[in-house]
Amino acid sequence: MDIQALERKAAEMRKTTWEMIYRAQNGHTGSDLSCADILVALYYQVLHQTAESFSDPDRDRYVQSKGHAVEILYSVLADRGYFPKEDLLTYSQFNSPYIGHPTNHINGIELNTGSLGHGLALSVGIAKAGKLDGRDYHVYTLMGDGEQAEGSVWEAAMAAGNFHLDNLTAIIDHNRLQISGLTVNVMNSEPLADKYRAFGFDVVEIDGNDMRQLVDTLQTRNTPGRPKLILADTIKGKDISFAENRPEWHHKIPTPEQYQQGLAELDEQIGGLVHAK
Amino acid sequence: MPNSAKVGDIICTELIAAAKKDRNILALTTDSRGSASLNPFARALPDQLIEIGIAEQNSVTIAAGLAHSGKRPFAFSPAAFLTMRSVEQVKDDVAYSNTNVKLMGISGGNSYSYLGNTHHSLQDLAITRAIPNLEVYMPADQFQARALMHYLVQSEHPAYVRIGKRALADIYTSEAAAFQRPGQGNVIADHGNDIALVAAGETVQVALDTAAILTQQGIRAQVIDLVSIKPLDTDLLNRVADQTHRIVTIEEHSIYGGLGSAVAEALAPRGDTKVDIIGFPDEPAIAGTQDEVFNYYGIDADDIAARTVRQLTH
Repeated sequence: MDIQALERKAAEMRKTTWEMIYRAQNGHTGSDLSCADILVALYYQVLHQTAESFSDPDRDRYVQSKGHAVEILYSVLADRGYFPKEDLLTYSQFNSPYIGHPTNHINGIELNTGSLGHGLALSVGIAKAGKLDGRDYHVYTLMGDGEQAEGSVWEAAMAAGNFHLDNLTAIIDHNRLQISGLTVNVMNSEPLADKYRAFGFDVVEIDGNDMRQLVDTLQTRNTPGRPKLILADTIKGKDISFAENRPEWHHKIPTPEQYQQGLAELDEQIGGLVHAK
Repeated sequence: MPNSAKVGDIICTELIAAAKKDRNILALTTDSRGSASLNPFARALPDQLIEIGIAEQNSVTIAAGLAHSGKRPFAFSPAAFLTMRSVEQVKDDVAYSNTNVKLMGISGGNSYSYLGNTHHSLQDLAITRAIPNLEVYMPADQFQARALMHYLVQSEHPAYVRIGKRALADIYTSEAAAFQRPGQGNVIADHGNDIALVAAGETVQVALDTAAILTQQGIRAQVIDLVSIKPLDTDLLNRVADQTHRIVTIEEHSIYGGLGSAVAEALAPRGDTKVDIIGFPDEPAIAGTQDEVFNYYGIDADDIAARTVRQLTH
């Protein structure tokens, strides 16, 4: 897909997510919207993986460590055919597998996440197995910036550097907000780039809502022997004007009026991208 | 005198044998290869040993990632750290995600003796058996350790194994008698139906010694080695309850949440069987060798026999 088509897809996925959260009256709105472009870049352009080949031992892996942004993941997986789109209607319903954090009961999801600070270590294990078996799959994991306060992240980062896992790319959805406010005020984990470099990563800082930069960075091979960290600067609540950069939208549910306004903004976004093409 | 062996040594030998045949079998250690008796494994199969450093949470989650990719990791760490520091990793990444990780808790229970309560795992059974989709085992001698390892290296199921530190006298004379399958306990002595002594791991010998003393005093006891704490052999326990209506559980664990609790939970609905739970009281354990500490808390054959006689005659 070309960059503009990917951008349009990201806008569509934001809309699907917005609809899903409003329907269920549950979800992590701001977190979903900030990383929508990252997931679209991965699933439509970067990952060597399809719904049909999900059990292929040579598939690329994606582990979503910031599990709470699950609505955007469901939207993308449904659109990519991992499960029927109608399944999204059951999100957050009684006895549905489509719960508020990823579970591997769902086709396309590798492992259960949700408690923060697990995804990088899971990915280290998967990447290490790839090295042991001589397979050339690549492992991607997406973390939050608030998540960086979890000590287990740094145990895993140390191991990734120690094991020279150049088949591992970690991405931080660096939207600078968490549920209680600015991440630097809640628990300052900066300077993240310096810290990951010190743990043996190559660090690339990009605009994480810029599709061109995302695709280019994700498709660039790692330096031999080094894991990669993409510090993706993003906007929490991206593309809903009244949700952008507002910590309360971490998991706020839109009112009927807000929902309609949000839909209109996303439709305008989608329309503009269709027109531009 | 019966022979004896360290369960850890047996596990290492069996793991080497299996790992030579299956390169997917891995041993993970957290700077613990010495205390896990894994030095022979490290020498024999250096490429199948992954050193994680002193990071038990990381070890469990990395093991889950490895297992998810077709590996068969055995993650060795001191039981106290493996089950308590890493409990969330065990719950989420192993049990909930259903990854085939074998959690090998070394120096379990009170094994570390004088190293103190930071190093004791006297709550590990309470924690692990409350986690869905996790088997829990306590081998009692070398035959059982060997048989259990034969099962574990081919099993696809998450499991926790608590391993003691000291050499254990043989309880069994064959592997087949020691361990057959998950959820099957063994009647290892059957003198009669006055009482049943139920144990696992290191306290199986205590139970046998207790039964011998009771026999001298005219009290006929059965001795049950549960070995599989979870799944639990509830059929066997109910059969024993039918016969005796009196059970004494003996464990190297807090009296809360462990083997005794498991037995009591299984038998409580009957309403006709008394369960006396013997183990570590709800306090930081006193310092001492394992034998000294067992004696202090009455987890020894003389004390248990005396206590049982008192209860049966009142």
